Amino acid sequence: MSVDPLLAELELVLGPDRARAEPLELALYARDAGVAQGRAAAVCFPRTADEVAGAVRVAAHHDRPFVARGSGTGLAGGATPVGDPLVIVTTQLDHLLDVDAEARVAWVEPGVLNLDLTRAVSHLGLHYAPDPSSQQACTIGGNVATNAGGPHCLAAGVTSSHVLAVDVVLADGSTATLGGLEPDQPGYDLRGCFVGSEGTMGIATRIAVRLTPDPPTVRTLLLDFDTIEAAGAAVSAIIAAGVVPAALEMMDAEITRAVEDFVGAGFPRDAAAVLLVEVDGLPDGVAAQVATIDAVGRAEGARTVRVAADDTERALLWKGRKSAFGAIARIAPDYYLHDAVVPRTRLVEVLRQVYAIAAEQRLTIMNVFHAGDGNLHPLIVFDAREPGVWERVHRAGDEILAACIAAGGVLSGEHGIGLEKREAMPLVFTPDDLDAQARLRDAFDPSGRANPTKILPAGSRCGELQRIPDGAWV
Amino acid sequence: MTPATPLEGIDALATAVADAPSVVAIGAGTQWEVGGLSEPDAVKVRAPSGIVSYDPRDLTVTVGAGTSVAELSATLAEHGQECPLDPRDPLATLGGVLACGLSGHRRLRYGPLRDRVLEVRFVTADGRVVKGGGPTVKNVTGFDIPRLLVGSFGTLGVLVQVTLRCQPLAADAEWSTTALDPFEVRRRAFRPSCIAWDGSTTTVLFEGVARDLRAERAAAGTSPASGAPELPRGPHRGRVSVRPAVLAALGPALDECGVRWLAEVGVGTVHVAADHESELAAARTATEAVGGWMLREAGAPGLDGFGVTTPNRALMARIRDAFDPTHKLGRGRLDPLLCPREVELEGARG
Repeated sequence: MSVDPLLAELELVLGPDRARAEPLELALYARDAGVAQGRAAAVCFPRTADEVAGAVRVAAHHDRPFVARGSGTGLAGGATPVGDPLVIVTTQLDHLLDVDAEARVAWVEPGVLNLDLTRAVSHLGLHYAPDPSSQQACTIGGNVATNAGGPHCLAAGVTSSHVLAVDVVLADGSTATLGGLEPDQPGYDLRGCFVGSEGTMGIATRIAVRLTPDPPTVRTLLLDFDTIEAAGAAVSAIIAAGVVPAALEMMDAEITRAVEDFVGAGFPRDAAAVLLVEVDGLPDGVAAQVATIDAVGRAEGARTVRVAADDTERALLWKGRKSAFGAIARIAPDYYLHDAVVPRTRLVEVLRQVYAIAAEQRLTIMNVFHAGDGNLHPLIVFDAREPGVWERVHRAGDEILAACIAAGGVLSGEHGIGLEKREAMPLVFTPDDLDAQARLRDAFDPSGRANPTKILPAGSRCGELQRIPDGAWV
Repeated sequence: MTPATPLEGIDALATAVADAPSVVAIGAGTQWEVGGLSEPDAVKVRAPSGIVSYDPRDLTVTVGAGTSVAELSATLAEHGQECPLDPRDPLATLGGVLACGLSGHRRLRYGPLRDRVLEVRFVTADGRVVKGGGPTVKNVTGFDIPRLLVGSFGTLGVLVQVTLRCQPLAADAEWSTTALDPFEVRRRAFRPSCIAWDGSTTTVLFEGVARDLRAERAAAGTSPASGAPELPRGPHRGRVSVRPAVLAALGPALDECGVRWLAEVGVGTVHVAADHESELAAARTATEAVGGWMLREAGAPGLDGFGVTTPNRALMARIRDAFDPTHKLGRGRLDPLLCPREVELEGARG
């Protein structure tokens, strides 16, 4: 048994070898897929909801914060350990507990991978709609924490629209079921509060998600344009024509070439921008929408409108879109992926500013994003070995965010705030707005031990003195 | 694009809220009896009305919370759009609809009310104007204050302005009917907007392009109906919330109670109306027997607003205390749920 009292107690609750504090282990869990680096006191791997509650109680007993973590694919530092916390990894709660095809509901444990859920129900003609680009690796628990999105959330809505109920362990180790399978619950929408709270309100141990019937007809179109302005105008024009596609993605020239070199999906290498548009539903409605998109796209200057002939071609186009982040590894060793949303009518002007910022900071910025809902993902590619490059990357990021906010946008569409953007929160919220959010967070966790320092900047509470502990790199 | 028109009167409203010992926000009063009853001598405040900004290309609209759903619908319809709130009475204000949190009859296809709200502005108990959420169709910036306020019965703040997600109006819409089992209709149809069932007749709403509607109707085995089914009427009304799977069992049990009812199949909402309070009480008992609950919507003064307590009462009470330490906002509306003992004591005193 370990001599470290925290580890020793965790071993008692979880069994031997389920809690670790070796330097290598701690280094592995010191960050998520974002850039903020922290430090954990220990990492543990519960297998059941009871064990999660036990681990939370051990943390309480030692007066330590705790940080829940799924696959660690988050990009905003939400799972970065700050304040010498206990990191509670939920990937071993990975059972698909129940699928009710008639009710179109599945109960899953938080460690179930997003894509595995869809694969497990596809023989029933159902799928789980939110499809983040990391869906092969990210967990449903992490999706709940970040209120994850994805290309198909344009029509289907993000995670919160697909979560019916959550069993949670609160910060004091007690458990609660938030939401339910009834359409409404009496009182406040605690489920709605919990989804997207980035682990600051507790840890999900069992989740009921809504499953969506596969559409009878799906059509995927690729439109390419000579200018990014024309592509942006087409996005608004398609929506204005009364079509809300299932997905509406844009890729600019740089990323289109990179993807084409990587995947060979047949994307035009000389296009200034391409739109990948998907419509689904019943056959005649889909045909009408395809016709509208074709006409509107051409009117806005599309050079070609290609409709995928079959499922193979469709899959290839989507493979191109979803391989964007793999493709850029061939261009530069490092990237910084941003996430912000602007009203879709402001897309073009904000994109123009993004390119200007890139030029000024001598950086390459590529854009591959959910254009239909105005969700920008500027991708800065660079070589971290270049002296001084990080300063320029951060400066560009700050300027991009400022441009989005000035255009009436918000800080994040689907990655969350985490550590990455908490200091930017005052750009969109007044002290009174932040105070209201802090009240909600503290009502869930009066102890403040659930993933502290995330989302809300220091000073969000009246008279608060909050400090990032020494030694944390954030 | 409609230029943004700042709402007038918010500052005065904030001052009134800050100064009064007990405040209740009132809209058109169409859902005044839903849930717990408001304290009679609370100071009534009204949110401003009017369209603040609307750009159809963004599919979002920002309005004063005092705006009626009818006015909003008319504005959106001019641009071929809608926001499927579908309150029982279209004169209801947006603030009232959101505070009561009652979703409309097309929830099966378009989702619950709470998924429509992007941004809220509300007056706090101490008279500050606070924003929650954001104006874009997609947003995970900070905690989800908008969802918290939907269904909060005005106990956390007075809604003054909301931004909602709109959608294009469907090309066509058609109600059709069948004597078939409604659960079989649900299995057969791809994306009906509503499947209403009163125990004998199933009435289905399909929306989309005309040829698809005919195909859906053929698949579901329905024939055209003259229009939407009527919601049950009566002096005593309630709204049942149950797991959709138990509707088949609940329907006959409700018939036994002597109430009129209309169920939303696939959703689990049942609209119930009765001539006598005792019948509505019996319907509540039948609902609780299958694991659901019934909200009092109108009448039935002897019935508790909710009929149940929530297992998460302590957590909800902490949230309420955090936003409104003296419980001055909407006093009475959620009290049967959040502090049943206080209500009992007051009852004993009275």
